[in-house]
Amino acid sequence: MATTEVPPTAVGKPRTRRTNDALRETLSKYGLLATLVALPLYFAIHDLTGDQGDLSRLGENLVRGLSNGSIWALIAVGYTLVYGIIELINFAHGDVFMIGAFTAFSLTGTIGLTLTTGPLGLVFGLFLTLLITMVVTGSMNVMIERVAYRPLRNAPKLAPLITAVGFSFILQNVGLLWRGGSQKSVPNLIDYDNVIFHVLGVPISNGDLLAIGVTVPLVVVLTAFITKSRLGKAMRATAQDPDAARLQGINVDHTISLTFLIGGMMAGAAGLIYALYQTSVSYNMGFQAGLIAFTAAVMGGIGNLKGAVLGGLVIGVIQELADNRIGGQWVSAVVFGYLILIMVFRPQGLIGEQTREAG
Amino acid sequence: MGTPDLTKGATAPVPAAGGSKKFALRGSGGGLSKNANRGAVVLALLFAVLLPFLFDPTSGFINDCVLALAYVVMALGLNVVVGFAGLLDLGYVAFYAVGAYSVGWFASTFYSDASVHVGVNDFLDKLPGVHLNFFLVILLAMILCAIAGVFIGLPTLRLRGDYIAIVTLAFGEIIYRFAVNGDEITPFGDAYPLTNGQQGIGPLDKPQLPFMSEPLTPLELRPWYWVALGMVAIAVLAVVMVRDSRLGRAWIALREDEVAAASMGVPLVKTKLLAYAMGAALGGMAGAFLGFFATTVNANSFKFSFSIFVLSMVILGGLGSIWGVVLGAVALSFINYWLIPDVLNTVPGKIGLDFQLDQLSFGIFGFLLVIGMVLKPEGLLPERRRKIELTEGVGTDQSLEGSRA
Repeated sequence: MATTEVPPTAVGKPRTRRTNDALRETLSKYGLLATLVALPLYFAIHDLTGDQGDLSRLGENLVRGLSNGSIWALIAVGYTLVYGIIELINFAHGDVFMIGAFTAFSLTGTIGLTLTTGPLGLVFGLFLTLLITMVVTGSMNVMIERVAYRPLRNAPKLAPLITAVGFSFILQNVGLLWRGGSQKSVPNLIDYDNVIFHVLGVPISNGDLLAIGVTVPLVVVLTAFITKSRLGKAMRATAQDPDAARLQGINVDHTISLTFLIGGMMAGAAGLIYALYQTSVSYNMGFQAGLIAFTAAVMGGIGNLKGAVLGGLVIGVIQELADNRIGGQWVSAVVFGYLILIMVFRPQGLIGEQTREAG
Repeated sequence: MGTPDLTKGATAPVPAAGGSKKFALRGSGGGLSKNANRGAVVLALLFAVLLPFLFDPTSGFINDCVLALAYVVMALGLNVVVGFAGLLDLGYVAFYAVGAYSVGWFASTFYSDASVHVGVNDFLDKLPGVHLNFFLVILLAMILCAIAGVFIGLPTLRLRGDYIAIVTLAFGEIIYRFAVNGDEITPFGDAYPLTNGQQGIGPLDKPQLPFMSEPLTPLELRPWYWVALGMVAIAVLAVVMVRDSRLGRAWIALREDEVAAASMGVPLVKTKLLAYAMGAALGGMAGAFLGFFATTVNANSFKFSFSIFVLSMVILGGLGSIWGVVLGAVALSFINYWLIPDVLNTVPGKIGLDFQLDQLSFGIFGFLLVIGMVLKPEGLLPERRRKIELTEGVGTDQSLEGSRA
């Protein structure tokens, strides 16, 4: 059957391969940077030479972008952890985020937070909401893993992808039945637009503070947990090689459940920020958010925690620039265009990857 | 690097062993039931052809059958890319969009400044705009889609596994955005926007078939059904022939182990791009047909969920297995278009519950996907090769994980 001859050019190949690789390496490093900087740089020049005259508008874009980006970063953490450990694109994750936003929205009402609540009550109430939301979404994510992914651990690789999609649909339907098909506006509890102070002429508002105030501590705690604690070490070991981890006495099933718990909790926190910052929620918002956050995870280097956070912030800025300058209807086209460019230039992402699957 | 003798010695036994095993299996399984199989196929075909006579020409059931057949062609196309060549494509909706918009561009009054008429009936001959013959439009759609497929495939050539999925997904979303906002894009002058934005393009020309006095209308669904059935026949034939050809074997080699395939002389770039092109062409054929059948092109139908819908058909049916995919496509489209909205919709009302089931339609759909996969992860009718892998442990998960990725 197989009577293929050895190609005569095979001997000459290694040398060209090596120069190609060097060229590719440089191109991928600087090409990606150039691609990322292109958009802000263009608008900076545009602002400085045009009517604007200064960079304050770009600064506003940047701040808003970073605040939005912190939401994507929190969701992306869930994607990247899950992908790192079981190599599954968890399509239901965006909808877990949506359920998180719904939960936060409902809880603020249940707890009795209104526009007239004082600052101390508000902070306490929101903290309580955050905790409950994170517990709800975290345990929901664990439950999804238990029902839909664990039975398929040894099945063909695409099977859990389909159950993930199935759960995404189920969660969307839950959202639809819970709050109906239309967009629901969330009371503007934190007065997100209220400017507190200026940094270099760029206004920083309540919403930005909330986003930073929730995201930064969470990411710091999470990083410490994963790098320092025993369980974190178990997670990293399982991500590297599940079989070897099992041989070392690590309970792989528990570790995977833990990963889903953390991912779900982060998505819940993102849901709370989103509900308060965007002040509107709808049952189908999880899908778009999921795609954007997933892009962020890939951009940073999927499987890599720091990469996901960085990717989320970068995507947030790109998205805000596209929204503010090009037009809201083109946002996802721009974001996904960037995703393709990154895949072409540097498939391993900004920081590089730590997964088993070579790019 | 070793001498030619060495490489020959190292690689020869492996394919030989695989080959003999395959033949042995085919021999033992086929002989007994070959005649029975053939009879069953003929009966099924006859039933499929005569089915519309059992129903009213405008019945909703025939409508669902036509849709199901179009989805079979879609799923067969996606199966070439995902099932045969192992390239996970999550942006298949792109080809549905290009196919359907081909109808909008070449068979409607959308570009009313132009006046191009090729092979259409007298009525359409008098209308402004571009009006091409039904078959010509379908052919054009297939060609355009094949080009689009190659274009989308190009950036994925260096990538593997899930990364391909991500890039194709991104392309699918970008094409959806272009469909929705295409009225802002006018590269050939203001009279020729890319799409009509949210309004969609319509009405589309009614297809005029040869040997028929009247064009096809939604009032007489039987001819639509037979055209769709013909498309399915062509698609199945094409897919079977290609699968058993040199190219088909190259795809499967690629799917099983890219490095090994390349070292055996399979040209990676050409083989991958041909898979994308063929899958896209079939998608374009079905897309154009669905466009004609819907009589309008609605920009909002080109969402990611469509890609997932077709991918579910392929995976639930059995990745790489042609009859499995046909079964999966028929089953899922009937569940989606007939079972949930028509049959089960009134059930909650009958048992005293105050809601309509179609509110739950995608929840039920998702539930069925989960149940189907958990119970039968290899699909309803798994491909023979894959079944062997799963049951006999030839290439167990760990080795597959590395190679298929």
